[in-house]
Order: sequence, then C-alpha cells, then structure tokens
Amino acid sequence: MTKAAPASAAHGSTHKTLIPMPIVYTVLGITALFFLVPMYMVLITAFKDPSQINLATAWVPPTTPNWQGFAEAMRLFLPKFQNSLVLTISATLLSALLGSLNGYILSKWQFWGSGILFALMLFGMFIPYQSTLIPIFQTLKSVGLYGSIWGLVLVHVIYGIPITTLIFKNYYSEVPDELMEAAKIDGAGFFQAYTNIILPISIPGFVVVIIWQFTQVWNEFLFAVTLTNPDSQPITVALAQLAGGEAVKWNLPMAGSLLAALPTLLVYIFLGKYFIRGLLAGSVKG
Amino acid sequence: MANAKQPILKNTPSPKTASKKPMDFDRLYAALLLIPSIILVGIFVYGFIGQTMYTSLTNWGQDPAQTLALNPQLKYIGFQNYGDLFTGLLDSRFRQDLVSTLFFTVFFIAGSLGMGLILAVMLDQNPKGESFFRTLFLFPMSLSFIVTGTIWRWLLQPGGGFNQLGNSALNTLFGTDKQYFGFQWLNTRQQVWQFNWQDVPFYTALVVGLVFFYLAYQAWQNRNTNRMIVAAISGLVLLVWGIIWGRNAEWLYPIPEDHGFNLAFIGIIIAAVWQMAGYTMALYLAGIRGIPEDLREAARVDGCTEIQIYQKIILPLLTPITLSAVIILGHISLKIFDLVFAMAGADNATTDVPALLMYLTSFRSNQFAKGAAISMVLLVLVAAVIVPYLYTSLRKERR
Repeated sequence: MTKAAPASAAHGSTHKTLIPMPIVYTVLGITALFFLVPMYMVLITAFKDPSQINLATAWVPPTTPNWQGFAEAMRLFLPKFQNSLVLTISATLLSALLGSLNGYILSKWQFWGSGILFALMLFGMFIPYQSTLIPIFQTLKSVGLYGSIWGLVLVHVIYGIPITTLIFKNYYSEVPDELMEAAKIDGAGFFQAYTNIILPISIPGFVVVIIWQFTQVWNEFLFAVTLTNPDSQPITVALAQLAGGEAVKWNLPMAGSLLAALPTLLVYIFLGKYFIRGLLAGSVKG
Repeated sequence: MANAKQPILKNTPSPKTASKKPMDFDRLYAALLLIPSIILVGIFVYGFIGQTMYTSLTNWGQDPAQTLALNPQLKYIGFQNYGDLFTGLLDSRFRQDLVSTLFFTVFFIAGSLGMGLILAVMLDQNPKGESFFRTLFLFPMSLSFIVTGTIWRWLLQPGGGFNQLGNSALNTLFGTDKQYFGFQWLNTRQQVWQFNWQDVPFYTALVVGLVFFYLAYQAWQNRNTNRMIVAAISGLVLLVWGIIWGRNAEWLYPIPEDHGFNLAFIGIIIAAVWQMAGYTMALYLAGIRGIPEDLREAARVDGCTEIQIYQKIILPLLTPITLSAVIILGHISLKIFDLVFAMAGADNATTDVPALLMYLTSFRSNQFAKGAAISMVLLVLVAAVIVPYLYTSLRKERR
C-alpha cells in the first residue's frame, strides 16, 4: 500500500486519461461537498447560540462565535474525556505489548499447529461482540470489575489480541530469518533476540498498532455502554445520551461531537499514513 | 506491498523457515508466553460463545425473581427462544429487524462500493490535489460511529440540517420564503417493498433453486451430464415445492405478516456510506495502482482504448478486492449498532437492527435468554460471511 504514492508519479507522461478532466473535477468536487458539508454544519452549529439554530439560515455562519456550547460541552464531557483517555491509553499500550510478543512468537517461533491457532485467534476479531456480551457482563460482575474503567480495559486488551497479533506477525515476517539464525549462532536466546533485534526495529509496527488500537478503543461503544456506570463512562456513551435526549439544543451535541472526534482526528491528520496502513492491514471497524 | 487482493493476511512467510531444532528452552519460553493469550482468547471468544449458546437455551429472564439474582436458577427449555423469535406472535420486531438488516446491508454495500470505485477511478486520472481528496474522503473513517451518528442526526432532523440547508439556499437564491424541502428522514414510518413473512420459504427455495440451476449450467458447460441432471432436478423440485407449499406458509406462521424496507433507513445508509466510502476508495485505488503500467501499455499497443483497458483489464483484476470489500462491509453492516443508536435512538422500532435489539432485550428488559438467542442468530450470520473468507485467505497464505 505504500506503493500507491510512488506509483502515481510513475504513471507519468505516457498515462492517457480515460475521462475528460472537467468531468473528473466535477465529480470530485460534488463528492468533496458531500464530505465537507457535514463538517461545515457541525462547526457553524457548534458556534451558534441555541436561539439562532432554528432560523432559516442554518447554513449561514454565526455573526459572532458563541463559545457557550463549547464551555457547556467541556463542563459536561471533560470527566468522560478523561475516562476515555485513561481507558484508551492503558488498553492500547497493553494490547500493543501483547501483540508484539505474540507476533514475534507466531512468526519466528512457529510450532506445529500454530497456523490453526492463529486462524482460531483471528476469528475473535470478527465475532459480533453481542454474542459474548452476556458472559462478559456476568464475569466482570463476579470479579468486581463491572462498572469500572478497568473492566473495560481488560475487555479491550483481550479483544485487541487478534488484530495486534496479526499486524505484528505480518510486520515481523518481513524481518529476514537469516537475522534470527545469525543471532542464534551468536548465542542469543528467545529474549535476547527479542530485545536486541526485534524490538529496536519494531517502532513502525508499534506506531501502526498503537494508532489502530487507539482509534478503535476511543471510538468503541457497545462495551462502553453495557459495562460502565455513569462515573466511568467514556465520551462516546455520554455523547450518545446527550444527543438522544428530548428537545436537544443542537449546538451542544455538535460541540461535544467535535470534542469526541478531536483525538482520533488529530491522529489521522498527523499520522494518516500509518492509520491507512493499519486500515488496509485488513482491520475492521465496529 | 500493493497486493491488496487479500488485505487481511499478507506477507507471511512459508512455515519452512521456522527453526526445526529439537525442543529447547527458547521454544519453551515461546510456547509459555503465548499461553496467556491463547487462554484469554479461548475463554473470551470460544468459551463465552458457548456460554451464550447455553444461555439461549434457558429461560433466563422469564421469571422476574430470578432475572437479576447473582446466581439465577436457570431451566433448560431447548430451542423455545429461537422458535419464539422466528414464529412467536410477540417477536415480530425481530423479524422486521432481520428484513431491515438485509436491506441495509444491500444498499450500504452497493453505495460504498459504487462510490469507492468511482472515486478511485477519478483519482487514478491524476487530478491536481489528489492527496487532498484522498485525505478528505478518508477522514470520516477516523470518527466513531457515535460521532458520525450524532452529526447526521442533526443534519437529517425534519426541522434541521439538510432540509434547512436546502430551504435557506433556495430562498436566498430566489428571494422567496417557502418550505421547499420537508423530508421526514429518520422520522418517517413509511415502508416499501413489503413482503409477507409467510413467503420466506418460497423466497429461500427460489434463491437456492437458482443456485442449483447455475450449478447445472456450469456442469453443462463442463460436459458433466450426471451432475447437470442432478442439479437441475434438485432446483426444479425446490422451485415446485416453494410454489406449492412455500407461499403463504401457514405452517410457518399463522397470520399474514408484512415486512419491508423502512424509508427511515435511507438516512442511516447515507451516513454509513459517508463513513465507509473512503475505505473502499483506498482499497480500489491501491488495487488500480498495483496493476503494472506495462499491462496497460501492452493493451494500448494492442489497440485497446482507455475504456476497454478498464473493461477488460482493470475491472476484472479488481474482482478479488471487491469480494473482500463486500465481506468486510457486510460484516460491519450485520454488526452495526452504534450508528443506529446514535442516529435514531435505541427505542425507535422503525429503524432497528438485531444487534440493537439484542442490547435492548438483554440489558434493558433483562430478557437474557432471548437476547442470547438473538446474538446467536447474529453470530451465525456473521460467521457465514467470515469463516469462508478466513479459510480461503489462510489457505492462500499457506501456499
């Protein structure tokens, strides 16, 4: 997938165009509007006074930006934002470490049956979590983790194992086996090879996995809504409850949406390349 | 790298490279360190699926006194919950949800694939600002379904967003003061393409029969007469059975029950396509760019026009990408829950899907056994999509 960028240059002068450029730009322009208008509406609505929103000028930006919606959203969402941060950071780091270790084992220390084991593991990435939700709920209740952020961390770490293992396994399989052989001849064991050879070259792999898990855990909703209590709610749950209420003042949910979207949006803007790499690694949203 | 044909599993070495040394401590460490993950995934995936399956065969939730007990006394009642879901008078909402999921899946996949392919072909023409467009089309992927849902809920309010946008734009343009747009979007209750739930055996027989006819056609082309006859007869028998006993099947369900496509889903489909079209765009673009330029060049030398190059070379080569995109998107749409929750609310029966109904049944009404049964149906649907995919991907990988 990294080839996509250089390939476009390689098309070069010989590349004739199939479609007349005006049509290309028209289609792209209309589609761009379809993608931009929602964001524009979110921004201007978030900065409006509630009384201004129902006027027939929904698409006109406010004359003076009203920060009240943001202030209110901050007050409401800041604790949930913090919950989300704690949850996401701890779950992401733990599952990245586990995935790195598993990927190392499954690509460099294969044993009989490891292929099937890996396939069975992968299935966990695709199941609808509804089909395990009731036992999770019971188990967390019986070990006293129900309603706390740590139960959620545990669940995210476990269900993150398949995808993090997959990404690291693919990543490490590009490390030449000769390197491992050489290390073995030099007397390096399992751990030395991991810490001296694998870990130092793992940074891009970690970046992909961390970005992927960060986005997934931050955006997750089903576990969050079933396994937390109001004090440990992540921001997605709080936002859904706010927007679901009656007689909504729309500037508030829009400001809240911006707040909830900000971390993952920043990740995408600054580390988009790795985000797409994780995406194309076959990962699934939802 | 650009081999996006099988995006799930790639760049995996052949197992021969694994060290074939006898058992030593390093291999022991490797095995020991893998064990916790295996146990956790084993319990949380396979163990819990088994437990949910058992739960679905009990009466948990029918006796209020036992429902929220710490160790509820459960009674095994066999497949009664499943029977209720598919034929019980009270559970018509579940059957409507299945129909809704079917329609949602079809339109969501068609929309995402179509839009993704068009955008990829456009971007393949090397327009100026290509990377800007790519970034723009992909950014919704980084948002959560809850955020997307909240945004689109506002845009598709009958008195909000899109209707107002259209009205105020037209009024400004023409200097009028009229209500041009008044779409009900998510609030509509209108249904189209209704069909009677009693006809399900007929439609099933029709689809399976057509598959048999296709197999017969293939056998005919391969000159395999025996197989052709068997397949053709099976298809014919199924069709006759479907027409005679499969229509208005009162043995399935006593009274006629109409289900259709709720127009309220159109809004949710728009939002879902908005979020996922960038993903298919990225897949297709990687696929198109991965096709060697030599191949196009050779076709050009042979006198192909640019349109023919797309028809005869590029689109056929994209089939594996389309297939895996269909599987990934289908899997997402079967599981979709948060987007519907955020857009239409949890309790809106017109826009409801099994994944949401499972949550409501289990955690709002405390009908755990019935919720478990819904989730098992969901799991079977998802597994039907995913297991063949995993199987073929892993087999391809082994070669």
